[in-house]
Amino acid sequence: MISPRMATGMQEKQYTPSLLNFFIYNPKFGPREGEEEKKILFYHPSDVEKNEKIRNVGLCEAIVQFTRTFCPSKPAKSLHTQKNRQFFFEPEENFWIVMVVRNPMVEKPNKEGKPPTIEYQEEEILDTVYGAVLQQCYSMYKLFNGTFARAMEAGGVELLTQKLEKFFYRYLQTLHLQSCDLLDVFGGISFFPLDKMTYLKIQSFVNRVEESLSLIKYTAFLYNDQLIWSGLEQDDMRILYKYLTTSLFPRHSEPELAGRDSPLRPEVAGNLLHYGRFLTGPSNLKDPEAKFRFPKIFVNTDDSYEELHLIVYKAMSAAVCFMISASEELGREFCEQLDGLVGPQLTLLASDICEQYNINRRVSGPDKEPQFKFIYFNHMNLAEKSTIHMRKTASVSLTSVHPDLMKILGDIHADFVRVDEDEEIIVKAMTDYWVVGKKSDQRELYVILNQKNANLIEVNEEVKRLCATQCIVTRHLNGYTQTLYLALIVSLLWNAII
Amino acid sequence: MSEEHYLELCDSPVQFENASSVNNVFFDEANKQVFAVRSGGATGVVVKGPDDKNSIAFRYECALKSLCFALIKQNRPVFSFQNGGQGGSEISQVCGEKNATVLGFCWTSWNEIVFITDQGVEFYQVLPDKRSLKLLKSHSINVNWYVYCPETSVILLSTTVQGNVLQPFAFKCGTMSKMSKFEIELPVVTKPAKIILSERDIAVATIYGQLYVMYLKHHSRTGNNPGAEVVLYHLQREGACKRSHILKLNTTGKFALNVVDNLVIVHHQSSQTSFMFDIKMKDTDSNLNIHQPVLPARSIHPYKIALTGPAAVGSQTPVPCELCILFLTFLLGSGYLWYLQVKLKPVVSLLQDKSKLMEFLLRRRDCKMVILSVCSQMLSRGDKGSLPVVAIVFDKLNQVYKEYLEAEQSYTMAVECGPSRGSTAHKRPVRTQAVIDQSDMYTHVLSLFTERKDVSHKFIIAVLMEYIRSLNQFQITVQHYLYELVIKTLVQHNLLYMLHQFLQYHVLSDSKPLACLLLSLESTYPPAHQLSLDMLKRLSTANDEIVEVLLSKQQVLGALRFIRSVGGHDNISARKFLDAARQTKDQMLFYTIFRFFEQRNQRLRGSPNFTPGEHCEEHVAYFKQAFGEQAFIKPVTL
Repeated sequence: MISPRMATGMQEKQYTPSLLNFFIYNPKFGPREGEEEKKILFYHPSDVEKNEKIRNVGLCEAIVQFTRTFCPSKPAKSLHTQKNRQFFFEPEENFWIVMVVRNPMVEKPNKEGKPPTIEYQEEEILDTVYGAVLQQCYSMYKLFNGTFARAMEAGGVELLTQKLEKFFYRYLQTLHLQSCDLLDVFGGISFFPLDKMTYLKIQSFVNRVEESLSLIKYTAFLYNDQLIWSGLEQDDMRILYKYLTTSLFPRHSEPELAGRDSPLRPEVAGNLLHYGRFLTGPSNLKDPEAKFRFPKIFVNTDDSYEELHLIVYKAMSAAVCFMISASEELGREFCEQLDGLVGPQLTLLASDICEQYNINRRVSGPDKEPQFKFIYFNHMNLAEKSTIHMRKTASVSLTSVHPDLMKILGDIHADFVRVDEDEEIIVKAMTDYWVVGKKSDQRELYVILNQKNANLIEVNEEVKRLCATQCIVTRHLNGYTQTLYLALIVSLLWNAII
Repeated sequence: MSEEHYLELCDSPVQFENASSVNNVFFDEANKQVFAVRSGGATGVVVKGPDDKNSIAFRYECALKSLCFALIKQNRPVFSFQNGGQGGSEISQVCGEKNATVLGFCWTSWNEIVFITDQGVEFYQVLPDKRSLKLLKSHSINVNWYVYCPETSVILLSTTVQGNVLQPFAFKCGTMSKMSKFEIELPVVTKPAKIILSERDIAVATIYGQLYVMYLKHHSRTGNNPGAEVVLYHLQREGACKRSHILKLNTTGKFALNVVDNLVIVHHQSSQTSFMFDIKMKDTDSNLNIHQPVLPARSIHPYKIALTGPAAVGSQTPVPCELCILFLTFLLGSGYLWYLQVKLKPVVSLLQDKSKLMEFLLRRRDCKMVILSVCSQMLSRGDKGSLPVVAIVFDKLNQVYKEYLEAEQSYTMAVECGPSRGSTAHKRPVRTQAVIDQSDMYTHVLSLFTERKDVSHKFIIAVLMEYIRSLNQFQITVQHYLYELVIKTLVQHNLLYMLHQFLQYHVLSDSKPLACLLLSLESTYPPAHQLSLDMLKRLSTANDEIVEVLLSKQQVLGALRFIRSVGGHDNISARKFLDAARQTKDQMLFYTIFRFFEQRNQRLRGSPNFTPGEHCEEHVAYFKQAFGEQAFIKPVTL
C-alpha cells in the first residue's frame, strides 16, 4: 500500500497515509483471562501474530474505558501518536471497530551507510475525514450484511466472523486512504439537475413499473451517476449511492467505453429494440446458463429491517435500482419480464433526459473554466456538488487542487462542526490562494480562489460577487439543482454585521 | 338488460292523432313541430312541438298569431298559403312555367320562402302587409326531387336522368347562392337510364359543425361487398364536395338515418337494431375514413307508453321503435313524436377501450358527469397496469381543457386590445361540458379517491402525480389544492423524504400557502423548515414572513442580516428585534442588536436615541442596567 512519491529533493521519499490495522471486537465475548482471543471478531492483516492482536485490542479497550470516565456520553474517537493514528467507533452496543492509519511520512536519505531519517507528519491527517471513513466501512457492511446483532441472532459468533471476514477482506483493499477528503465526511449525494417535466416523466415511469411489477418495493433512478429519484429513505440511499457510484458503476463502465466489436461489449445483437441490461444479476439473458442471483441489501435496519434483492438495470446513462423483498424467488421469467418492460421505456427516457440536458447546456453557453473552485454541501438533503473533484473511479477520486488546500477545507469544516452558529472563515493559503468557508443553517460552501495580491476585503467582496453571479449562471446551466445550491447562499449566508 | 340499450326515446313524446283518410300529419322540420290537420284544415289544425308546453290548435278560419306553415300542396304551379295574421288571409302566387310541377317549398327564414318545381327553384320574400311575394331570385334546372336542411338553409336538388347529380343551393339573408354540384357514385349503372337515386337514400345533416350529405348506398347482392354503407359527402361553402367518410353497415335491408349529438344513427328495419357511428373516431387499421360502428348494433330502449283508462292497468306495451317512421333527429311514430337520445352510461360499459371511450365521451353534449364517474370508476378498481390508461385518460381530458383555456386567453387578450381591429366582435369561447377542469377533478374524483382505504397509497400518489404530470405537459398551471392533496397523502403515510424530493425538483410549485404548510410540518420533519424558508425566499414577496420565521426560531441575527441583505432594514420595528433578542437571554446578542438600532437611529435621524413611538424604553433601561450608561453611543453634538 506504500506509494512513494518522488519529491523535489534528492531521493526524498514521501509516503501517503496507509492502513496499518483494522479490527473489530466485542469486549463482552471474552471477559476472562486467557479468553481474550474470543473478543476479536475480525483482524486485518490476518497474519499478525495472535498475541500482538490481543495486545492491540486490549490497548484500545483500555483507552476507551479510561477516557469514558471523563465523558461517559462521548467516548474517545481517536488516538494520536507520532507514527499512527487510531480511530474508534462503536456502531452497535459493545461492538467496536478500530482503524489504525499510519501517518504520512517523509524519508530523507542520509550520508552513506546511515539509515534514512523518517519524519512523520502527524498533523497531516484529519480526524473528521478518517472518522467518517470508518463509519462508512460499517455502513457499507450493514448495507450488504445487516447488523452485527442480527448475525449473532441468526448464527452466533461463528456466522458473524464469517460474514466479517468475507466482506472486509475485499472491502479493505478498495479503501484508498490517501485520497480521502472532505467529501468523505459529507458522504453526500450528487443530484442530477433536471427540468420539472422530465422529472415528472421519470416519476411516471417509476410508478408504472412499480405498478405492473408489484414485487418491486423500492426504486431509485440515477442518470450520469447522479441521483434523480429515491424510493429509499435518505440514510439508506446515501450508502447505496456510495456503493453504486464508487464500486458498481465504475466496474461496468468499461464495456460501454469499449468499441463495438470488443469482446467486452455485452451481446446486444438480436435485441436492438433497446439498450437495457442488467448490472447485477444475469449479464446476458440469452445465455441459457445465466444465473439469476442478485446481491442482497439491508435497509431500514432501525425499524422494519428489510432484506432486499438489488437489481440494477441500465440503459445508456440511465440506471435504475429495483429493490424486491429477498423472500421472493427471482428467476428467468421475472428478469425477462422486467427486461421487456423496462428496457424500451428506459432507453427512450434516457435519450429524453440527454436531450433535455443538452438543451439546458446550450442555453447556458459553453462551459468556461471558472476562476474558482468550490464544494457545496447541504446537510438537509445531502446534496453535494464539487468542482474540485474529477470524476470518481473505482480506484481513486482525483482532485484538481493541492492536498494542502484540501486539508484547509477539512480544517475549516472541523471548526464549523464545533459551533452551531452560522459562520464564515477566510484563510490565506500559500501562493496567492484564498480559501473561504461559509456555513448557513444546514449548508456549507467552500470556495478556493486564486487571486494575486488580494487582501481580505477584496476576497470577501469577490466571493460575494461570485455567489451572486454563479447563481445566475447556474440557474440557466442546470435548471433546478444548482439554483438550489447557490441561490440561497447569497442571502442566507451573511457577512457579520459587527 | 336495460344497460344494453344505448339509444332511447325521450320521456315526453309529442302525441297527435294518427294519420288517416281524414287526418293528415305533417312535420315542419324547421320548427320541429307536428301539424295534425283534420279534414284538410277545415275542422282543425293542431300544432305540437317537443319543447312546447301547450300545443297550438286553430281552425283554418280562425286567427293565428304569426306567419305559419303552409299546408296546401297542389300539383299546380299556383301556390297558395294561409297567413293567420289577419283573419286567415291567403296569399297566392303563381310560380314557374305553365307546365311545371310544384315539388315543394321550404321556409328559409321567417319571411323568405323557396319554391321548388321540376324546372327550377324560385326564391321569394314574403310581404305580409301587401299580401304578396317578391321574387328575389330564381334558377332554372331540371329537378327530380329535393332535400332541405333547415338548420343550414341548404337545399339539395337531384338532377340528371339518373338523379345522382346533386346541386346544392344555400340561402342566407335574402341571397341564394349556388354551390358546386357533385355526383353520387352509384353502385350499379343501369343501361336504360332511369332514376336510380331516390330521395329516401339521401339526407343532409350538420355533424360537428360541418354540413354533410349522407347517402345510403345499397349494394347489389351479387357483388362481393358484404353490405350496405352510408357514404358521407362533405359539403363546403366553397370548393368541391368531397366524399369524406364511409360508414360500414355490414348488412342489407331497409335503413333509416338519424343524427343525434353528432353521431350518425342508422336504424336497420329487419333486425330492429340501430348502429351508431362517430365520424371522428378513427379506426387504426385504415387510413381511409372507413368507420365501423362504435358499438355493436342494439335496439332502442323499448318505450313504454302509459295508457290511460282501464285498459292500461297492468299492461304497458313496449313500442317496437324500429318500425316507426323515421325522420332526421326525430322519430315520428304513429301518433307519437320522440326525440332520439343517446344514453352514455351503457356506452361506458360497452366500450372497453378507455382511450376510445374518453374520446367518444368528450365529443358528447352531456358528458361531464359521465366522464367524471368513468374516472372515479377507473381509479377505484386499481387494476394492475391501469396507470398507463389513467395517464392516457388524463391527457385526453387536459387536452380539451387546455384548448379551452387557450381560447379563453386569446379572447381576453383580444378584448383587452380593444375593438380597434375591425368590427368582428370576438366571440367568447363556449365552455362545453367536455371541459373538465382541476376543480372538477378535485371535487368529484381525486379528493374522494385519496380518502379510500382500500387502495394502496402508492397507487394514490402515482395517480396524483400522473395528473400533475399531465397538467404540466399541457402547460396548465396546477392549482395549489392539488399540491395540498399530494402533501396530505404523503404526510399521512409518513413519506416525507418523497415529499422532500418533489419539492427539490420543484414539482410542487412555490406558493405562500405551501410554504406555510411546510412550516407546520417542521415538528414531524425538521428539514421542512429549510424547504419552507427556501420557498419563501424564492417567492421574493415573503420577506416579512422570513423575518418572522427566523425570529420565532430565535435567529435574531440571521433575521437582521436577511432583512439588511434585501434592503428592508430601515423600516423594521426595533422593538420586535429587541424583544426577540431579550428572549434569547444572550447578553452579547442583545448588545449587538441594540447597537445596530442605535446606529440606524443615528443614520436616519442624526441621533442614536429611540423615539417614543418605537416603544423601546423598556429595552433602553435594560441596556443601561446591563452595560452601564457609558455604553450608549454618544449623540454627536455639533
